[in-house]
Amino acid sequence: MAALTDLTIAEAGAGLASGEFTARELTDAYLSAMEGARDLNAYIAETPEQARSMADASDARRAKGAAAGPLDGIPLAIKDLFCTEGVLSSAGSHILEGFAPPYESTVTQQLWDAGAVMLGKVNMDEFAMGSANVTSHYGPTLNPWKAASGDAAGRDLVPGGSSGGSASAVAARIAAGATGTDTGGSIRQPGAFCGIVGMKPTYGRCSRWGIIAFASSLDQAGPLTHTVQDAALMLGAMAGFDPKDSTSVDLPVPDYTAAMTGDIRGLRVGVPAEYRMDGTPAEIETLWQTGIDRLRDAGAEIVDISLPHTKYALPAYYIVAPAEASSNLARYDGVRYGLRVEGENLIDTYERTRAEGFGDEVQRRVMIGTYVLSAGYYDAYYLKAQRVRTRIADDFRAAWDSCDVILTPTTPSAAFAIGEKMDDPIAMYLNDIFTVPASMAGLPAISVPAGLSGDGLPLGLHLIAPAFGEETLFRAAGVLEDADGFDARP
Amino acid sequence: MALDTDTVRRIARLARIHVDDADLAPLADELNNILGWIEQLEEVDTDGVEPMTSAVEMVQRLRADAVNDGDLQEAVLSNAPEPNDGFYTVPKVVE
Repeated sequence: MAALTDLTIAEAGAGLASGEFTARELTDAYLSAMEGARDLNAYIAETPEQARSMADASDARRAKGAAAGPLDGIPLAIKDLFCTEGVLSSAGSHILEGFAPPYESTVTQQLWDAGAVMLGKVNMDEFAMGSANVTSHYGPTLNPWKAASGDAAGRDLVPGGSSGGSASAVAARIAAGATGTDTGGSIRQPGAFCGIVGMKPTYGRCSRWGIIAFASSLDQAGPLTHTVQDAALMLGAMAGFDPKDSTSVDLPVPDYTAAMTGDIRGLRVGVPAEYRMDGTPAEIETLWQTGIDRLRDAGAEIVDISLPHTKYALPAYYIVAPAEASSNLARYDGVRYGLRVEGENLIDTYERTRAEGFGDEVQRRVMIGTYVLSAGYYDAYYLKAQRVRTRIADDFRAAWDSCDVILTPTTPSAAFAIGEKMDDPIAMYLNDIFTVPASMAGLPAISVPAGLSGDGLPLGLHLIAPAFGEETLFRAAGVLEDADGFDARP
Repeated sequence: MALDTDTVRRIARLARIHVDDADLAPLADELNNILGWIEQLEEVDTDGVEPMTSAVEMVQRLRADAVNDGDLQEAVLSNAPEPNDGFYTVPKVVE
């Protein structure tokens, strides 16, 4: 029999249901694997006692014939942005070091209600601001993949970000699946860099309550998993209406796995001209064409579309997201929770607490956000960016007249070495050039591992669907996944 | 609209982040680099375009104006850096 940690969530669920192994055995297998993979720095807080007790409770439920569903007994890693009751929830920041919330986020509560087991909290870019997991107060997380050749050969690679710990943990098989959050690509880009599936649902599909806020009009929780089916299973438990989040949408949660019929005959797949950008490596273009061919071979109709404002999504994002962050992060003042650095007076205490508590990238974005919201610049920057955001959303609305889903590459490159792009924020921002437009429009999107780069590193393809089109997204992604047949291991 | 060090000092004060004087100039360069890149948005014609203020089309919900929790003093203060007798504390603000 293969190692228990090699199983997908669906396979592990079947093994638990048939009594082949127990939740406790499955959890112990992961806890042991976690111990052996600590050099990845994926987990910043392991919770083995809680994991064993949750696994035992799962086994007890199952023994009584009362298993909660497909996630009962499945061990998961939780991004450190989710508040977990009594367990470190630091957003990867010094300013929240040691913070143990007295409450549980809605999304994680729903996962525990579905029977899932918490293995621990995983690393991330500080306050989810980053694309390489290098801005964490807890140090960088490593990608379990290594380049076979090229500039990055032999070097430690980034897992992507901001959900870098989540992606690394799943790829290294030290979690069966993980929660992530995606503001501009923070689930999909690390998914692509680590050779796994990363899915961001429609804005409003998952409750944001108890998720430490970065940019509230963009933040969405989603799953990182080995397979599309696993992502569908996890999202089914994570999604749903929550009165505690005023932007949570009151729509029923469909059975996403039932949507994966394997049949995309007649599905219209849009290919946006503007995603063919200067400087994109040939292997990314080739991978994209391969994806187009695979979907066409499966019976889809390929449609050329135009999303004219694509190139403006990233600069508009770097006004909207920092502006919202500067407001959201105003709460970290050293008074009610987290770090306090005493100053000469109250204002000085605020300023020294925030200077010491926030890392460079967070400080940079808070200042950009403060500036674009300040008197005299609000119209020129913030309102302008919101108008551009309308243009971007309008582009997608027009595209849905002629297509049902959109196919693009997930990232403009494979994973790079730790240390690269560190001194050039804009080069780092460009990682998200293909993922940010869907975020700005609030649309669901998924990255599916599609092949290896010339240097032997995973690359992803990216599907975008209309708002609340998750079922179409999973159907198309499932077909793409089958056609890709990606079975490479780190 | 390049930022000078005085403007950066003012932004840092508004953002309540302490910046040493020696760090103002390099920080101004970093911020100007980002703002310069953002200025390409001026190319987009947004005349008559409404600003997007919500990521999904939805009607704002109202909830009942009713107390639904309370008596959580201990939980609320559990992470405070220096709680004192059921209160948060701050440095003295009135002499």
